[in-house]
Amino acid sequence: MMNLTLKIWRQKDANDKGQIVDYPISNISPDMSFLEMLDVLNQELIEKGEQPVAFDHDCREGICGTCSLYINGRAHGPQTKITACQLHMRSFKDGDTIYIEPWRAKAFPVIKDLIVDRTAFDRIQQAGGFISVNTSGNTQDANAIPIEKENADKAFDAATCIGCGACVATCKNSSAMLFVSAKVSQFALLPQGQVEATDRVLNMVKQMDEEGFGNCTNTGACEVECPKGISLENIARMNREHIKATLV
Amino acid sequence: MSGILNSSIGRKFAMALSALFLMVFLVMHVSINFTSVFSEELFNDLSHFMGTNPLVQGLMQPILIVGVIFHFVMGFVLEAKNKASRGVKYASNSAKDNSTWMSRNMLLTGIVVLAFLFLHMYDFWVHEMTVKYIEGDMSGLKDPNIAESGFRYYEELRAKFVDPWRVVFYSVCFVLLALHLLHGFNSSFQSIGANNKYVKGLKGFSKVYSIGIPALFIFIAVYHHFTH
Repeated sequence: MMNLTLKIWRQKDANDKGQIVDYPISNISPDMSFLEMLDVLNQELIEKGEQPVAFDHDCREGICGTCSLYINGRAHGPQTKITACQLHMRSFKDGDTIYIEPWRAKAFPVIKDLIVDRTAFDRIQQAGGFISVNTSGNTQDANAIPIEKENADKAFDAATCIGCGACVATCKNSSAMLFVSAKVSQFALLPQGQVEATDRVLNMVKQMDEEGFGNCTNTGACEVECPKGISLENIARMNREHIKATLV
Repeated sequence: MSGILNSSIGRKFAMALSALFLMVFLVMHVSINFTSVFSEELFNDLSHFMGTNPLVQGLMQPILIVGVIFHFVMGFVLEAKNKASRGVKYASNSAKDNSTWMSRNMLLTGIVVLAFLFLHMYDFWVHEMTVKYIEGDMSGLKDPNIAESGFRYYEELRAKFVDPWRVVFYSVCFVLLALHLLHGFNSSFQSIGANNKYVKGLKGFSKVYSIGIPALFIFIAVYHHFTH
């Protein structure tokens, strides 16, 4: 069992200034998940009549992309290619101090404590992250269109992006290019995505810029911290698509 | 071109193009300078050609100046936009675990290179412009009235590297240039969309280029200091 000191960002609402608050916590099992440890803390706070710490979570199995915690200076904590909900307390040791902060970006304003507003991603997706398909009853089976294996694999890899926002959180420029490039690439690599390819990349990048995300300076931090291992090659592909759409 | 600069990708694309142009210029610059190590005559001839050729002076030099200014101004513009995108800083941030020092400090290394450029321009370019375009001496000779006096470029170069502190400052700046290039070389290719199976070999070449070019500049300065 471990005794820990948690330093957690507390912020009443979007208008509150917010601050780091210290919480000592005892008897934490190394087999607990990180979010279960926060559940234990919240139970103690509720029993003391205090406000529990608000944090986002849903599936707790690394699929939904809801959990969004910056733990000890790393998006989703010290392990790579996992989300915060897949992180276990065995990654820490007795006596550790753990910083827990929300994603930091102007485009991701804090709603409360550790919860941020990520609807900017939804608006980018709505700007072009789709294909228009005739669903009148004559829809062609997607599998009837032959696709090169290499492209099919890359499109699938890009499509594994869960939109958690770790790329934005970890980027020193708060750039969303890894997310947007994954959504552009998953269609750009497939024949089904070619019809709207030009409008898609122009509209999604335009929306990304309007939301206030920064410019990519190719540090590669996003690729390291992405729980799904989305490759920087997707950003290069989006750059090609965008330059082609702008100049040609 | 102005339409391109309206988007984040377009700005990065333009930044990368100016970087690629400057990297080609560095190869040409170091190649000419290196001739001073083994042939005074060749260095003098090349310097005179570059300093008096109308195409180089009237077209290439203005393009280079515009390229340098654009690269630095755009660098500051991008940095300001990126700083504005972050807002509140993290209380705890382990950036060293996911990115290199070079990639996070392009502004710092860039500012040092900019400071170096001012000294470099003062040392060589301002002098050249004064002699050629203010005093009107396009001969390149040590004594413009005596053709046998020979070109002045080699001796002027060596005279600059007599001062050990200038050699030390040049060397430190070229180390910073190497750090700038170690990230900037690959970054510029990524920004123009060249990161796929066809350009995998570039990563190895980028290290050779980024360390090799500044090392050659340092070697030239140190060589002339100790052989003067």
